[in-house]
Amino acid sequence: MSVTTLSSPVLPQRQPNWLVRLFDYKPFLIAMCLAPAIGLLAVFLTYPLGLGIWLAFTDTTIGQKGIFVGLDNFQYLLSDPLWWGAVSYSVIYTGIATFGKFALGFWLALLLNNHFPFKSLLRAIILLPWIVPTVLSALAFWWIYDPQFSIISYLLVDVLHWKSSNIDFLGSPWPARFSLIAANIWRGIPFVAISLLAGLQTISPSLYEAAMLDGASSWQRFRYITFPMMMPILAIVMTFSIIFTFTDFQLVYAITRGGPGNSTHLLATLAFQRGIAGGELGEGAAIAVSMIPFLVFATLFSYFGLARRKWQQGEAND
Amino acid sequence: MRNDITRRDALALGLSAATVAATGVAAHAQSAIKAADVPAPKLPIEKGASLRMLRPVRFVQADEDVFRANAAKFTKETGVEVKVDFVGWEDISQQTAVTANSGAGPDIIIGFSDAPHIYVDKLIELTDVADYVGKRYGGWLPLAQRYGKKNKSDTWIGLPFGATAGPLIYRKSILQSVGFDKVPEDHAGILDLCQKLQKAGKPAGFALGNAKGDGNGFASWALWSHNAALLDSDGNVTINSKETIAALNWVKQLYPTFIAGTTSWNDVSNNRAYSAQEIALTANGVSLYFSLKNDPATKAIADDSEHQLLPKGVAKVSPMAGLTLNAMVFKHSQYPNAAKAFLQYMLEKDQYEPWLNANSGYWAQPLAAYAEAAVWKGDPKVAIFKDTMNSTYYDGYAGPISTATGAVSADYVLIQMFASVATGAATPEAAAAEAEQRCKRYFRRQR
Repeated sequence: MSVTTLSSPVLPQRQPNWLVRLFDYKPFLIAMCLAPAIGLLAVFLTYPLGLGIWLAFTDTTIGQKGIFVGLDNFQYLLSDPLWWGAVSYSVIYTGIATFGKFALGFWLALLLNNHFPFKSLLRAIILLPWIVPTVLSALAFWWIYDPQFSIISYLLVDVLHWKSSNIDFLGSPWPARFSLIAANIWRGIPFVAISLLAGLQTISPSLYEAAMLDGASSWQRFRYITFPMMMPILAIVMTFSIIFTFTDFQLVYAITRGGPGNSTHLLATLAFQRGIAGGELGEGAAIAVSMIPFLVFATLFSYFGLARRKWQQGEAND
Repeated sequence: MRNDITRRDALALGLSAATVAATGVAAHAQSAIKAADVPAPKLPIEKGASLRMLRPVRFVQADEDVFRANAAKFTKETGVEVKVDFVGWEDISQQTAVTANSGAGPDIIIGFSDAPHIYVDKLIELTDVADYVGKRYGGWLPLAQRYGKKNKSDTWIGLPFGATAGPLIYRKSILQSVGFDKVPEDHAGILDLCQKLQKAGKPAGFALGNAKGDGNGFASWALWSHNAALLDSDGNVTINSKETIAALNWVKQLYPTFIAGTTSWNDVSNNRAYSAQEIALTANGVSLYFSLKNDPATKAIADDSEHQLLPKGVAKVSPMAGLTLNAMVFKHSQYPNAAKAFLQYMLEKDQYEPWLNANSGYWAQPLAAYAEAAVWKGDPKVAIFKDTMNSTYYDGYAGPISTATGAVSADYVLIQMFASVATGAATPEAAAAEAEQRCKRYFRRQR
């Protein structure tokens, strides 16, 4: 039997139209997919940031368009004792508050990582300062620090009779500065504690079991397991904490508005005071821009400093 | 400890209906206000006109109620819809700035004192309406002229609707107990009184914290009563003067006699301290008195309280400025005639007098004839507020009003100058020099 095969007719291949070909073109597809994100970033992130930076180089005021004045605003700030005061206090505020938040937050996280009754309830309670709107907690602190009606003064003077006069928390510079730092620590502890608690719970219990079999003390377990394993999360949390603290506005503005005198101005509150309340948009923007180097330095220091892998592994730094 | 009434709470305590009772003003009282027969300017209202306006939120509920009722009357009589939005005092400046810069938004804004001077290029002239109501109601008072007219001209750019002041309020019985019938007019006498009040355990207290109203009020008074001023009449910054140093030295002596914590006081702190009987002397608007009077628990304090104009010191008259409501019409309005007609209507006796009375003395009139309004004839302790707009002092005294004069007050430059000396953080000379540097920065483009 012979088999005859018929040669199949060669059909002319249809060329895809230009639109199909365009959408088959990989670089175009990448560009198309990224365009919405780039557009959103440009409109909502880059434009405001760019405008803010541009304003810093102009003498724009509320109500009047400004002209480009180069570095004039920055030159003025360098001769302005109030700006230097705000820089100093911003650094002090960030340094002490961050240290306080991390010391107490880490301690709380370690406590909450243990097994005890009502653990979930306690965790929820610890989150409260974080849940409450900042302005509300600022108002509460404003009452707590009130020179005439402070609950602390009331307890010490009228109830316990330990003091003869009310405490003037906000009436002079250093007490006012430390009062604000205390409020910031109170507000920031939950963020640190909960974030670090999440980190603690990722550490494998087998590491502790092995260490215990080797006879490691609780301090050694903390020093050689907990702390190194927590470094990456510590670095991230500290970076965020520094940024949030350095740029804090609400607590200070609601409690002291930068007073007494100008002793409690942070750079953020001073920028608002000059730029919005005082109407000097250019100068206010310059103050805000002047925060960027501090933030970049603090971020790089905390992130790269704390996240060094060799340190985490217990080796010497190089 | 007790929760004391804030300034804003004060007249809101049912005053909308109780205003009449509180001030002793009878709603049906015969009007004593004389209106001259003057031809009104011709303002043909544009076809299909409607208006939108912003004004600061009411301090007294009756303020809003009567204002809205007057606007509704205007709509009924002219067919022009008027939408009135009330915004927070802290927000009105920003909203005015956005409106002025964008050339869109409300046709009319009632801002505060210097607002028309900041946006003068964006506003329409209101001279015709101002001349008409001025002639009709006995003339504009000095503070109204200062804030309403463009600097060194007779061109009106704003129409002042009223002003509120912060004179002294004190406890009569306590002052008498330390040998005073009233607060002395001279600085040495005031210092002596405050020292005695402190010894008696009922000190004075004046805001030296970043308080927009009370803090700036005290700082300005301390300056002006020493014949010191932010500017001279040509607009030169004169804050660093021997008069200012004298004022700073005086406040340095005075501050230790205050109740503790005044450098952290905001605008409600003195109300609370006075209401709680912690202090015997402070400066405040009429609201504090009314809050005390309308609460049975504190009525005795109100009965024992007296108001007094801020002491003269070495000035010729009491140096007290009033926070002024100042109406402006924007060039971008499609219905400028309707806007002007509306403002004119609101300043006419039939509308303005009920509104003035409803405010219980919180706002004082800008036009002389309204001094005869019933509100000033009720409670004698309120009558002192009647002449608020007779003041020749204003924010930025004694120079031209500008953006910078408002900025100096908004940035608390004067308060901080006094606070830094009071707390010992700076010498008077250093504080004055620092304030001068800051002021010169603000005024660098105003000349």
